[in-house]
Amino acid sequence: MDLAFSRDDIAFRDEVQAFVRTNLPQDVAQKVAHGKHLERDDYMRWQQALGRKGWLAYTWPKKHGGPGWSVTQRYIFENVCADLNAPGIIPFGSKMVGPVIYTFGNEAQKQRFLPGIRESTVWWCQGYSEPGSGSDLASLRTRAVREGDHYMVNGSKTWTTMGHWADWIFCLVRTNPDAKPQEGISFLLIDMKTPGITVKPIIMADGGHEVNEVFFDNVRVPAENLVGKEGEGWTYAKFLLANERLGIAAVPQSKRGVEALKQIARSETSGGRKLIEDQEFRNRLADLEIQVTALEYTELRALSAMAGGGAPGPEVSFLKIRGSEIQQRITELAVEAVGYYAMPYQPALLWHGANEEPIGPEYAHVAAPRYFNARKTTIYGGSNEIQRNVISKMVLGL
Amino acid sequence: MDLSYSDEQKQIKEGVERFVREQYAFETRRKIAATDRGWLPENWAKFAELGWLGMSFSEDDGGFGGGMVETAILMEAFGSGLVLEPWLPTVVLGGGLLAAGGNAAQKEALLAPMIAGEKQFAVAWVEKQSRYNLADVAVTAKRNGSGFTVSGHKGVVYNAASADTIFVTARTAGGQRDEKGITVFAVDARSKGITRRDYPTQDALRASEVTFDNVSVGSDAVVGQVDNGLALFEDTIDRAIVAVCAEAVGCMDALNKQTLEYIKTRKQFGVPIGKFQVLQHRMVDCFTNAQEARSMTLMATLKIDDADAVTRKKAASGAKVQIGKSGKFIGQSAVQMHGGMGVTDELSVSHYFKRLTMIDTMFGSPQHHLTRYGSLSMAA
Repeated sequence: MDLAFSRDDIAFRDEVQAFVRTNLPQDVAQKVAHGKHLERDDYMRWQQALGRKGWLAYTWPKKHGGPGWSVTQRYIFENVCADLNAPGIIPFGSKMVGPVIYTFGNEAQKQRFLPGIRESTVWWCQGYSEPGSGSDLASLRTRAVREGDHYMVNGSKTWTTMGHWADWIFCLVRTNPDAKPQEGISFLLIDMKTPGITVKPIIMADGGHEVNEVFFDNVRVPAENLVGKEGEGWTYAKFLLANERLGIAAVPQSKRGVEALKQIARSETSGGRKLIEDQEFRNRLADLEIQVTALEYTELRALSAMAGGGAPGPEVSFLKIRGSEIQQRITELAVEAVGYYAMPYQPALLWHGANEEPIGPEYAHVAAPRYFNARKTTIYGGSNEIQRNVISKMVLGL
Repeated sequence: MDLSYSDEQKQIKEGVERFVREQYAFETRRKIAATDRGWLPENWAKFAELGWLGMSFSEDDGGFGGGMVETAILMEAFGSGLVLEPWLPTVVLGGGLLAAGGNAAQKEALLAPMIAGEKQFAVAWVEKQSRYNLADVAVTAKRNGSGFTVSGHKGVVYNAASADTIFVTARTAGGQRDEKGITVFAVDARSKGITRRDYPTQDALRASEVTFDNVSVGSDAVVGQVDNGLALFEDTIDRAIVAVCAEAVGCMDALNKQTLEYIKTRKQFGVPIGKFQVLQHRMVDCFTNAQEARSMTLMATLKIDDADAVTRKKAASGAKVQIGKSGKFIGQSAVQMHGGMGVTDELSVSHYFKRLTMIDTMFGSPQHHLTRYGSLSMAA
């Protein structure tokens, strides 16, 4: 066992730092540093820079065009990116559908779809949840009926994150309504420009638009866009969700969040002193930092096991539970830290980067919207109630 | 001992609940929030007509002789419908300052027309550096002949854009955080030298940053005593704390009702999600939290007029701590149990959650009041 990085790891870290410093657009880094909303183009400029370097699909093996990094290198890469205020990589392409395609897709699909994912020239979104199917995903009802060389798709998806920016959607659809719920599901890739698709925004509690409903009305999808076998979609979905749950711990983001909180507490005053000198607030911040450290070392243990050839197991659910709770706690403390200046609501500044003076300190106007928005983290990707069920059943055998 | 409402109080309760039911459907509220003012003059006229604006003021002051119990009844109903009309700044804060500290002339010139629905108020005390310390006052009021000149900046002043009079705490003597040397002034909102930056708040109310640039006021603008305004102001804030606690209780009950209904009807895995024990226990904790919040609010409602200042302060701080704890638990739980729908703007759940979050900060966070309570209770 050794906590220290090797000389090679340190050289690698320096290389990543140099790349990020040169290639991360400064305006994007500024937005991330201040917790602001990013536009499609902000993500694209950064992801395409990574794509040109061959680092966007950084979890992929070499044979599919990834860098073939070790888990240590991935960890270093993620932390350097977060430290330097790079936006999080949108997972739908490189972390979700990409691995499904190179693991279960055919040669033609790999040729056709993987380059656009690696280079971030195509924006993907995820068509999983439906209005009636949240935690109980297998009850989904969007129907795909095989008609000759295509499928006819009817139904609707919801909570489609950034669906309004997407070029393609990967969907779980029901191809066999007579089979058991999990067995009648297939995995389809659908071009968002196909006639019959409508995207309707869902406005969130913080006033922002990031998720959507997507409606399918007699949408013709070529049969060649079926990934793997018809009726095997649930297997691919579970494979994908396991990957999703790993990144969802958001350790580097939470570490950055704690540092940002310290900065706020150094600027804010209470009774004529800096808030960071307030013993009570300081204790809560310290407690949070310890929670993040416990999460980080849990993730390192999981990564180390994976480096030894293991696959992420059900314990990954625990990372999601604690990761999401900690993300929420950070936003909660930020609201407390900024006091009354959590109250002004400045949607133009928040959502459209308008050239408008913040009412309070720069960091204050984002505090409450982020707190409201972060409530989603214990709901999405399998609610924390579901994650606890998974652990009780799969890990504890209850 | 009798903790039940009188017949008169029951009538008020039924009346205000009817108002909320008939005039404050959630989609109506959305439309009201989107108007220029952010509240409806028709509603305000109705409040005056029904006698609500004067309900909690003494008959000598032109009111109807009620007190904090009546205020709490109204506020709880307002909370249940997320009512937007500027009751808290006008009636509870501004009206409260006048009732407790105003002289006969001020009551006649300001309180009487407020009770008639003709005047609205805002109260300015927050400063960028002050956080929850009411004595941290950098805005100055310097003697100027027989009057004063007020200068400085106040933040997050609710209802300043609609107010006819802005009550402001200013330093007339002493250092920036001295308890002595603070004076409360009633300033005409249209006075020369006042500039505002107006904005909506997270919970769809309206507030402003207000700058006083050498604003001249006469000596008749002083509410209470020169240099000794803090006690009056703190007492008024403590009364307002009880009022927002009652509002929060209304929010919590509305949330619990909706959440309970939702988990009984929303089906996953072939059964209503309320059949899952983890949600049952959480719902029970929501219920318990609401009960505790109601109990502490009732305690504070009844003790806020106590002759002993320490008793009054402890009552307000104790209730605020409980409301913070219960409001956060119930707000977060309601969102969680509604799943994705709880995080949307479409359902009212997130709007109650936002209001409870702002109430948590308003007049001091639970941590602030825990510390205050502790020093009052352990001092011996």
